[in-house]
Amino acid sequence: MTVKVGDELPTFTRETGFANWNRYAAVNDEFVPIHMDDAAGEAAGNGGAFGMGNLQWAYLHNMLRSWIGENGEILTIEVQFRSPNVKGQTVTAKGVVTAVDGDVISLDVWTEQQEGTKLAPGSAKVKMGK
Amino acid sequence: MADSNISEAMKAAVGTETSRSTSYPISESDIRKWAMAVYWPDKAPDVFTDPAAAAKTVHGRLVAPEDFNPFAWASATDELLLKSALPESREHDPDGPELALGIAGPGLTYQLNGGIVCEYGVRMGAGDVIIGTNSVGEYNEREGRLGQMLFSRTIVTWVNQSDELVKRTTNTLIRY
Repeated sequence: MTVKVGDELPTFTRETGFANWNRYAAVNDEFVPIHMDDAAGEAAGNGGAFGMGNLQWAYLHNMLRSWIGENGEILTIEVQFRSPNVKGQTVTAKGVVTAVDGDVISLDVWTEQQEGTKLAPGSAKVKMGK
Repeated sequence: MADSNISEAMKAAVGTETSRSTSYPISESDIRKWAMAVYWPDKAPDVFTDPAAAAKTVHGRLVAPEDFNPFAWASATDELLLKSALPESREHDPDGPELALGIAGPGLTYQLNGGIVCEYGVRMGAGDVIIGTNSVGEYNEREGRLGQMLFSRTIVTWVNQSDELVKRTTNTLIRY
């Protein structure tokens, strides 16, 4: 596969809510009230319970892995958690190629909700699997 | 801007190595459950669930997603490198990072995961033992949509049983 600047990655999409968050809490021992309880999330200024930043992080990795293949490598990734993932949102992880330097591919990556608001923007460097 | 929430004691703590933990050996079941959770409701890729399929990849064995946390529920050893330990009952206290250092926290009410920067090395796989070291990163603050926000960072370095770098992560915690 020839990769060029501007290429868009296949997306990774999930309907989000307690069904996702509780499963993630169960494996990461992340039973924090703001992620489990609407009153705690509302008290924290987010209108209700909201999802873990770490799960957004995982969704971005899922998207990258699917694109680079099982033998590919994620070299670096960074994101900022700008907006909460609240219940009922459809969250999509997206990516676009920003540079190709030999076998190292730079990308802008982000998660966004169903209206296109970015929740967790960032960047990554990967190598495609051979 | 309101008075700073960054005390002299907090500034002095930057660079301090706070803890070192050793994971239990990662099991295939640990990897499988993690992958099932982060891919739910779809099926997780075979490289995380099927040892025979994983053996045919460049990894040669079942490997974990890069975002896998082998310290999530328990560690084989936890070595606190400071006199003061954070009581487990206050694990999620917004002052937790400073209480663990034996200094007063900023006394803020809420905390959020502000972001992650990560450099990856070798993959984690079944049977691996991970040694994690935490140290105190920089503090800064600025006005945000929820008022004055304090940004603090933790540097986390993981190596495996062969002393190979697994990942180096900078986690940013936002408190307000």
